[in-house]
Amino acid sequence: MRPTLIRGGRLLDPSRSLDEAGDLLIEDGKIASVGGRITGPDGAEEVDASDLVVAPAFIDLHVHFREPGEEHKETIRTGAAAAAAGGFAEVWAMPNTDPPVDNPAAVGFVRAEGERARRSRVEPIGAASREQAGEQMTEVGELVSAGAVGISDDGRPIENSRLMRRLLEYTQAFGIPVIQHAEDTELSGHGVMNEGVVSTALGLEGIPNASEAAMVARDLLLAELTGGHLHVCHVSTRQSVELIRRAKEEGVPVTAEVTPHHLALTEEAVRDYRTEAKMHPPLRTEEDRAAVREGLAEGVLDLIATDHAPHHYEEKEREFDDAPFGIVGLETALGVGVESLVRTGVLTLSELVDRMACAPARAMDLPGGTLRRGAPADVVLFDPNESWTVDPSSFESKAANTPFAGDELTGRVHRTIVDGRTRYRAEPDDRDAN
Amino acid sequence: MSDGRPAANLGKDLVGLEPLSGDQILTILDTAEPFKEISERQIKKVPVLRGQTIVNLFFEPSTRTRISFEFAEKRLSADTVNVSATGSSVEKGETLVDTARNLEAMRIDMVVMRHGAAGAAQFLGDRISSNVINAGDGQHEHPTQALLDLLTLRDEFGGLDDLRVCIVGDILHSRVARSNIWGLLRVGADVAVCGPQTLIPRGLEELGVKVFPHIETAIEWCEALYVLRLQLERMNAGFVPSLQEYNRVYGVTSERLDRSDDEIPILHPGPMNRGVEIDSDVADGPHSLILPQVTNGVAVRMAVLYLLSGGEPEKADAAKEGEA
Ligand SMILES: [Zn+2]
Repeated sequence: MRPTLIRGGRLLDPSRSLDEAGDLLIEDGKIASVGGRITGPDGAEEVDASDLVVAPAFIDLHVHFREPGEEHKETIRTGAAAAAAGGFAEVWAMPNTDPPVDNPAAVGFVRAEGERARRSRVEPIGAASREQAGEQMTEVGELVSAGAVGISDDGRPIENSRLMRRLLEYTQAFGIPVIQHAEDTELSGHGVMNEGVVSTALGLEGIPNASEAAMVARDLLLAELTGGHLHVCHVSTRQSVELIRRAKEEGVPVTAEVTPHHLALTEEAVRDYRTEAKMHPPLRTEEDRAAVREGLAEGVLDLIATDHAPHHYEEKEREFDDAPFGIVGLETALGVGVESLVRTGVLTLSELVDRMACAPARAMDLPGGTLRRGAPADVVLFDPNESWTVDPSSFESKAANTPFAGDELTGRVHRTIVDGRTRYRAEPDDRDAN
Repeated sequence: MSDGRPAANLGKDLVGLEPLSGDQILTILDTAEPFKEISERQIKKVPVLRGQTIVNLFFEPSTRTRISFEFAEKRLSADTVNVSATGSSVEKGETLVDTARNLEAMRIDMVVMRHGAAGAAQFLGDRISSNVINAGDGQHEHPTQALLDLLTLRDEFGGLDDLRVCIVGDILHSRVARSNIWGLLRVGADVAVCGPQTLIPRGLEELGVKVFPHIETAIEWCEALYVLRLQLERMNAGFVPSLQEYNRVYGVTSERLDRSDDEIPILHPGPMNRGVEIDSDVADGPHSLILPQVTNGVAVRMAVLYLLSGGEPEKADAAKEGEA
């Protein structure tokens, strides 16, 4: 592998509180040298990073790549390409495919397809229950041996309290988290958006905050009881943030994520029955948005995860009640983060990089998410000031279902390096044009 | 535009009353006045919409609303086609997008649509160039029903400003309630709702609507009572324990009304569940406005069709004489 020397960038590594101009050298897939003026070895590829931030590449703990079963929405290949384009070195793929990833062979398939894609690393999450039916535990040990990095029934919650308890106990021997989509489906009913004044005006069935928070509360009690690692997906409500804050103060082993869309938008985005703003959990109120932003800034919510959920155009082009839940997020994550968090003063740029790269590595004890010497060379080069307009037709993802279509965002990925290899490069003329 | 007064300018579609202003709503009611009289004539027909094609597209059964629209369309001399979901391509899985494309290809002038999904009327209106009139979309709105209710109330009280109207019953699932709430608020009336908390949607107070948990206090407060139908399936879904209990706690009975000093006119969108939300002696009593509601339904729908087709409100009087 040819060494790569990244010259003259702004080295930004929150894991080491590093923020200074300098060079970065990659050799044999690892970070070989960081900072100052580096003289490259013979034959090194030189990359000009002037005006660019050089940071640990992002890690997304929550994506849906739809393969096997729904390849018309996304494949592991297109999903991994979208991830690389978004600046991600690693993504964790949810197991709610058709059939679900509830056996070692399926885990192996996802991992192998991910490797064949030669883009971002795709790490499989195994199903928590067989067929994701919420009843019988999967062979967790076998899944881990085949390469699963966590277990989840995401797409739906693990509602059975006894199963949840057993999972939090059983997984501890394997050092993996139980990743929970927290929802009381009885409380959600047939809800399709947040319950409140907007759902009342639109005549749509609402999902109350308690639907999420009640399940978060139960899960936190079970994590406390068992000592197992609970990871809470896509936190959307003020009440969940408060519950997690208290649990963390008491030392409960919990980590939590929040999506770019819950940080950026509110239920108002659903007005005019915009199915591109329909997702689980739903976009909430201004009060909830403020709470998840504050939670993220304080570290109560550890990290940002996109919940990238591709759907085919025609599936979203229909009555709101009948449209599927979910939006894509990989290729807009940085831009939405800069636009709605950094430019609004919620986070510094360094904190944003932390929540997208370092915090996921910390939460899951991964070797990436840092520019430390010897670490895997997962590096993103991005321009934090470059503005661009979201054009879903230019996505690497197969899908275009985003509420940010047409929006002007700030912060654009120029290059993504995964294990020392460049896996995404923006069109070279993109930069010259500006 | 003939004189200084602006035309109603309702836009292309009538999706709901929420997006309308009080002036726009009152213009529709004013325009309905001259059309009322046509229904009293021997020959109930004027050539206002001659040559125009209107499709009545009903994805849910509704005899009353469809017939009322059909009368209105025929009295304005439009060519009408009725399409119901039963047995049509709709049932065979045709999507609303396909339906929209087909309608657009057929060069229809206007579409009146009833659909089970909230937002369906706007969805269609955004995709075709014909005028779309919402005849009920899920639990969202049923604007012509509320317009006929407003017209009936205005006939009864002479005005709507500051009028205290209470809507009783299943507000949560009712598009009629939503359209009436918007319509009444827009024209300056005071609006309250009353019913079991399980059937009151969240956030109404934020819109300026009072909520009465007890029917007795609602009756004390209001000048007119709008009674909604309580469907059996609400009991099955656990919103109320039984229809009998609902009648005991929220039923509009003459005994309850008699306790009020004033005589309170009663409206109901129909069809009624006698003995559940309303007792027969109230429904058929001297203060029931239920039959005038039906009559006004045709006039209001004529007004909406006329205005959306580009008719000017101040010329409605002349139009009805065949001079347009
Ligand atoms: Zn989920």
